[in-house]
Amino acid sequence: MSETVLRVRGLRTHFTLDDGVVKAVDGVDLDIARGETLAVVGESGCGKSVMARSILRLVDRPGRITGGEIWVRQPPDGMVDLVSADTRAVRAVRGKRIAMVFQEPMTSMSPMHTLGNQIGEVILLHERVTKAEARRRTIELLGRVDIPDPRRRVDEYPFQMSGGMLQRAMIAMALACNPELLIADEPTTALDVTTQARILELLRSLQDDFGMAVMLITHDLGVAAQMADRVAVMYMGNVVERGDVVSVFRSPRHPYTKALLRSIPRLGTGARERLRPVRGMVPHAYRRPSGCPFHSRCEEFMAGRCDVTVPPPVAGPEPGREVRCLLYEGTGAAPDRAGGPGNHPDSHRESREEEGT
Amino acid sequence: MNPPPGKDGPVTSTTAAPREDVALLETRGLTKHFPLRRGLLGRVAGQVRAVDGVDLRVPARRTVALVGESGCGKSTLGRCLLRVYEPTAGQILFRDPADGGTVDLAALDEAALKPYRSQIRMVFQDPFASLNPRMTLLQIVGEPLRVNRGLGREELEEQVAELLRRVGLRPEHMRRYPNAFSGGQRQRVGIARALALSPRLVVADEAVSALDVSVRAQILNLLKDLQDEEDLTYLFISHDLGVVEYMADEVVVMYVGRIVETGATDELYGRPLHPYTEALLSAVPDPDPTARRQERIVLRGEVADPSRVPAGCPFHPRCFHARDRCATEVPALREIRPGRKAACHFAEELELRGVRS
Repeated sequence: MSETVLRVRGLRTHFTLDDGVVKAVDGVDLDIARGETLAVVGESGCGKSVMARSILRLVDRPGRITGGEIWVRQPPDGMVDLVSADTRAVRAVRGKRIAMVFQEPMTSMSPMHTLGNQIGEVILLHERVTKAEARRRTIELLGRVDIPDPRRRVDEYPFQMSGGMLQRAMIAMALACNPELLIADEPTTALDVTTQARILELLRSLQDDFGMAVMLITHDLGVAAQMADRVAVMYMGNVVERGDVVSVFRSPRHPYTKALLRSIPRLGTGARERLRPVRGMVPHAYRRPSGCPFHSRCEEFMAGRCDVTVPPPVAGPEPGREVRCLLYEGTGAAPDRAGGPGNHPDSHRESREEEGT
Repeated sequence: MNPPPGKDGPVTSTTAAPREDVALLETRGLTKHFPLRRGLLGRVAGQVRAVDGVDLRVPARRTVALVGESGCGKSTLGRCLLRVYEPTAGQILFRDPADGGTVDLAALDEAALKPYRSQIRMVFQDPFASLNPRMTLLQIVGEPLRVNRGLGREELEEQVAELLRRVGLRPEHMRRYPNAFSGGQRQRVGIARALALSPRLVVADEAVSALDVSVRAQILNLLKDLQDEEDLTYLFISHDLGVVEYMADEVVVMYVGRIVETGATDELYGRPLHPYTEALLSAVPDPDPTARRQERIVLRGEVADPSRVPAGCPFHPRCFHARDRCATEVPALREIRPGRKAACHFAEELELRGVRS
């Protein structure tokens, strides 16, 4: 069994607004092992970005983590729960052990500071090095992410660079402290396919070199298929299906996963087959359907069951696979949720049934 | 031959290919240069060659897709057709439905252009930015009808209701504002507005790029259905090659303001003739996880700056097949095989890889 770098259990992040509570993340379980890539896929509003930000405790008010656990490794061989940890412990992880790359490179960098200053700051913050050493390492990093002429670029400002180059600089910043997990939130969405291909290739080669794990948040099933070892499909704050990428894409179990895969035109198949998209649209965040949140759009909807019962996770058929759908109730073993370091009681379980509103 | 920029006049070589289908719209040497101003006095320091001598042919009742990376000039070209941008040079020949003759839209003055404005309509990318938030659906969709047809209130509501129904929206929602609708629904509103005047050509500029996977498929299917029902012709501008394959009969690939390849979709995807097309196709992430790690062409460098177009073939600095000749001699867009054109000196001898069919 490979070493776990992140273990999320029953994570809930809710936004309390005037008009109601938005359960952006509502009971998410995830694991990432050392060196592997987990793709979190889902449409906008499914909570994937909030989930990712929750891991680093970066959710702004009125959002709040209301439950669950986020276990990350703490040297030498312990684990720490970031939900209950104090700010200092969180800061020691943020940027150092777990780094993040955001979607819009233009808006996630300071326009007032040079690349060198911004990347160097991360190094100076987490490691005891001189400014000269931090600069030297910054230049090295910029070179590593294929930015041409890094000695000159290190003193340039973000506006002097193209989107693709800035995204590479962002990745360089994330790599500054050699993190064991990189969370990349739609890192290529704003980019052209050709630039995207370069960034994805870069991520892959960095992963090989540094042995870091990657959590890739994406709405693009193609990107997920090409990059991931395992995938987690999210819908309205839940992971509805997860497992290794080949078996999930080859034989999806959840009707939502099936519908998503049917919705994308596949290159090389032309227009011969008409797309069969998910019907309807994602319900409004305040009007979360009772029971299974997908039941209002589901083709396999079973009246009296799906709109009443919150589907529990069902494991199988392949190891590591799990689906939350009543179609499979009683078909699989109870999902494996034990093992690994640290204790993580399933505190979220008992409250699952009461969310139908 | 590409006409020299800035020079008017038809290009005779484009009409050579015999086709039984009728061109609804044809451009000849269409050019749009933006002056690049510098300094306090706004001295013209150069030209951005956004569109540079484009001969485009859009057959009636077909879908022609315009593809390329951002900055290739595809959106500028689309806007020139509607004279949102005034072309610097060239002709826009539009077939008049009344008498079957052609009229050069680029040569008309504002008054003479007006009747044609209702025949070419546009659907924009961002459904959140392209609808006035202070107008109801009735006003948004009804405005072109009110202005152009001078309809009375009752008639107007009737027609708007019919339009909304046709794009899959509920007529009783016509008094609501855009903020009450999701991205996909707003895009339907944008389509209803474009269809209000029964246009013959719809220019869809990245019309589905901002939409989620499942909604995107719904809109694509809607566009296809409407095309059949209303005999529409589409110019479909997109960077998404998967979507383009699903939608288009013919594909036009642009690079730095020029057409580099054209052809029927199946043929062009199956066997590209220009190395740029090959690279674009190769960069698309395949949603089949077992099809990965195959040789992928990763383009080096960035898209050429349209204000400093490289000498010779504009693509040669990034091209893996470039030879000496490419750096000095501009390749003309020429017919390589019947129905297939490419602007590459070596189109006949290169064995380029397409997507499997």
